[in-house]
Amino acid sequence: MNWKKSINTRLKQLALSSAVLLSFTNLSHSETLGEPEKEELKFGFIKLTDMAPIAIAYENGYFEDEGLYVTIEAQANWKVLLNGVIDGTLDGAHMLAGQPIAATMGYGTKADIITPFSMDLNGNAITVSNKTWQQMKPNIPKMADGRPVHPIKADSLKPVIEQLKSDGKAFKMGMVFPVSTHNYELRYWLAAGGIHPGYYAPHKGDTSGQIDAQALLSVTPPPQMPSTMEAGTIHGYCVGEPWNQQAVFKNIGVPVVTDYEIWKDNPEKVFGMTAAFAKKYPNTTIRLTRALIRAAKWLDDNNNANRPAAVKILSQSNYVGADYDVIANSMTGTFEYEKGDKRDVPDFNVFFRHNATYPYYSDAIWYLTQMRRWGQISTDKSDQWYKDLASKVYRPDIYVKAAQSLIADNLISANMFPDFAKETGFKAPQKHFIDNIVYDGKQPNAYLEKFNIGLKQGDKL
Amino acid sequence: MSSTTVKITSLTITEQAVNIVKNSLTKMTNALLLPVIGISIFIFLWSITAQSIHTSLGDFPGPNAVVKQFSSLYLEHKTERKKATEFYQRQEKRNAAKLAKNPDYDAKIRAYTGKETFLDQIVTSLITVTCGFVAAVIIAIPLGIWMGLNKRVNLAVNPIVQVFKPVSPLAWLPLVTMVVSAIYVSDDPMVSKSFLTSMLTVTLCSLWPMVINTSMGVSAINSDLINVSKVLRLGTLTHIKKIVLPASVPMIFTGMRLSFGVAWMVLIAAEMLAQNPGLGKFVWDEFQNGSSDSLARIMAAVVVIGFIGFLLDRAMLQIQRKVSWDKSSVNA
Repeated sequence: MNWKKSINTRLKQLALSSAVLLSFTNLSHSETLGEPEKEELKFGFIKLTDMAPIAIAYENGYFEDEGLYVTIEAQANWKVLLNGVIDGTLDGAHMLAGQPIAATMGYGTKADIITPFSMDLNGNAITVSNKTWQQMKPNIPKMADGRPVHPIKADSLKPVIEQLKSDGKAFKMGMVFPVSTHNYELRYWLAAGGIHPGYYAPHKGDTSGQIDAQALLSVTPPPQMPSTMEAGTIHGYCVGEPWNQQAVFKNIGVPVVTDYEIWKDNPEKVFGMTAAFAKKYPNTTIRLTRALIRAAKWLDDNNNANRPAAVKILSQSNYVGADYDVIANSMTGTFEYEKGDKRDVPDFNVFFRHNATYPYYSDAIWYLTQMRRWGQISTDKSDQWYKDLASKVYRPDIYVKAAQSLIADNLISANMFPDFAKETGFKAPQKHFIDNIVYDGKQPNAYLEKFNIGLKQGDKL
Repeated sequence: MSSTTVKITSLTITEQAVNIVKNSLTKMTNALLLPVIGISIFIFLWSITAQSIHTSLGDFPGPNAVVKQFSSLYLEHKTERKKATEFYQRQEKRNAAKLAKNPDYDAKIRAYTGKETFLDQIVTSLITVTCGFVAAVIIAIPLGIWMGLNKRVNLAVNPIVQVFKPVSPLAWLPLVTMVVSAIYVSDDPMVSKSFLTSMLTVTLCSLWPMVINTSMGVSAINSDLINVSKVLRLGTLTHIKKIVLPASVPMIFTGMRLSFGVAWMVLIAAEMLAQNPGLGKFVWDEFQNGSSDSLARIMAAVVVIGFIGFLLDRAMLQIQRKVSWDKSSVNA
């Protein structure tokens, strides 16, 4: 069987040469990556630690390496930021994952916004005021050393809300934007504990999100969360860092649960820009994605070794501007719950590990399922509809081009990225939710059926 | 006899000298010592009360903390300038490399993309307020003179002025922002939109006191002067130049000083609300940051804002002294 052997070797050779060829095409690809069409760019951000990739890409000169001259500007709130991107005053921005999806769908302002880069995983927490915490605490199971068992579930909050209700008062919480990660996380946590967070009914013009609500949620800009809670306007909030740790520092509240515990490794912020921008300036888009990927990798390199340096940069007044200690508390692998109860949460802020930067369709679809669950999408949609919308907004094609050129330039090795040849854009069914419900991005409608609280197929308000 | 007279005169001379010294001493104490005493008492009270006000961002900043922030702000400014120089050097190198690769490359030197320091913000605010104010002067003074000279125009325009005068700048701001972003569209704008928004808001608010004062000053000109003008048969322009303007300068300047004060206050508020570059944005950013230095930095900005406002007013006063023919009309 000599011929068989020779065919085998031939095949092996072929495979080898095609691999070489492939890496060659990669190389030539990087050579064809032209100069940026637009060199002067302006990016917006909200003062939160998860804007770090943008700050690092600037400070470490990654943007300049790409020939991009970027100005970074803090924005007053998410609405202003989104409008800035839509009207072109900003070329791109640190966005809530739900913002490009909602904008493309036409919930709120309608505009085609895309994202080639997912900025981070986790990074949020839910904080309640000291008074609410005192009332909740007796209902929480304790460990042998007297500290509360984590994750703290909303079950322990339910009696507090009922007590308030019998006193004729409403329980109010703040979140940062109607389509924000925080809104859905807070709702998920509350609903998992049997507390109804309220429905939206946009087809009736009701966008307050408080229909049937046991907890009234409203919008407050992140930096103002602590002061709003201190003033007593809200009993708690769900927000990104450093605003939970600041409540601990200021002694005005207690973070009870992180989003890592609500949904392990949940996608959080994305880098958003208009579809028109990406189309008009393809090289610029790939180049800025390259810079951001490098920044994200730097943030996670050597087991977070660069985090203290990153915290120092973020504490500058033109970035997040909070004190070093406050930011460091969550970014360097620990998280302080009740004052003194500091626990290790190494993955509280993930920027690169676990393929954090790859824009997964399944992540976009999870946000869509939650929009449907709470009525922001008022009618039934097919599984295909979810998939189509996700692939319109999330653009792994741009990401892959950027990543491959980084690999070709030997800046990042290929094993740091997902296997692009096999990647479908759907994560395997995810199990780690606080209520143990499994999420499979390929079956959004079946997923919605699993919840006790929330709209299901056929429901319409 | 004569010797006694001499004695008396010499006595009066020494007495006069003593009096002069006494007077100038009291003047000196009045001019220097009293303000110093006032300021010291204020600083003392400030540091005492500051210690007893506890906020969630730490104690209220006392004078020490503010002085410390001034030096740290200056230090930041210097570091940023150094970064800027490095930025330009890197850019030149990169441009040269690109040009070597592609001779057609359009090499431009781009402005530094780093943050604006406190000193930069002060300069931005000063430029904005001056431009806004000058625009207001250009509109208000001619309008005021016209109204002052012509009763009918006055009757027609006065109601509008009276209605717009009390409007807060913050009410104008959203309108100005939207109009500017709708009308001022250009790919390569000469000035930024945010500058234009702040400037127009300042103009809109500093217009009215100037219009009112100018028209009142002009209409209250002594009728003798007007008669002189009539006798000499001066033309309208000469009449305005030789009679109206000199006679109404005190009133016009009172209006201008009032307006400049308003303009400065309005600017800070507008910058704060619209996040336009300048001192107002600095204050707002620091408030949002919520770091332990924030309050001291805001207090430092407050001191600077006040001091600049004071200097602007003094500058206007000097100009008024220069241009009025009747120096007695100038009151500090």
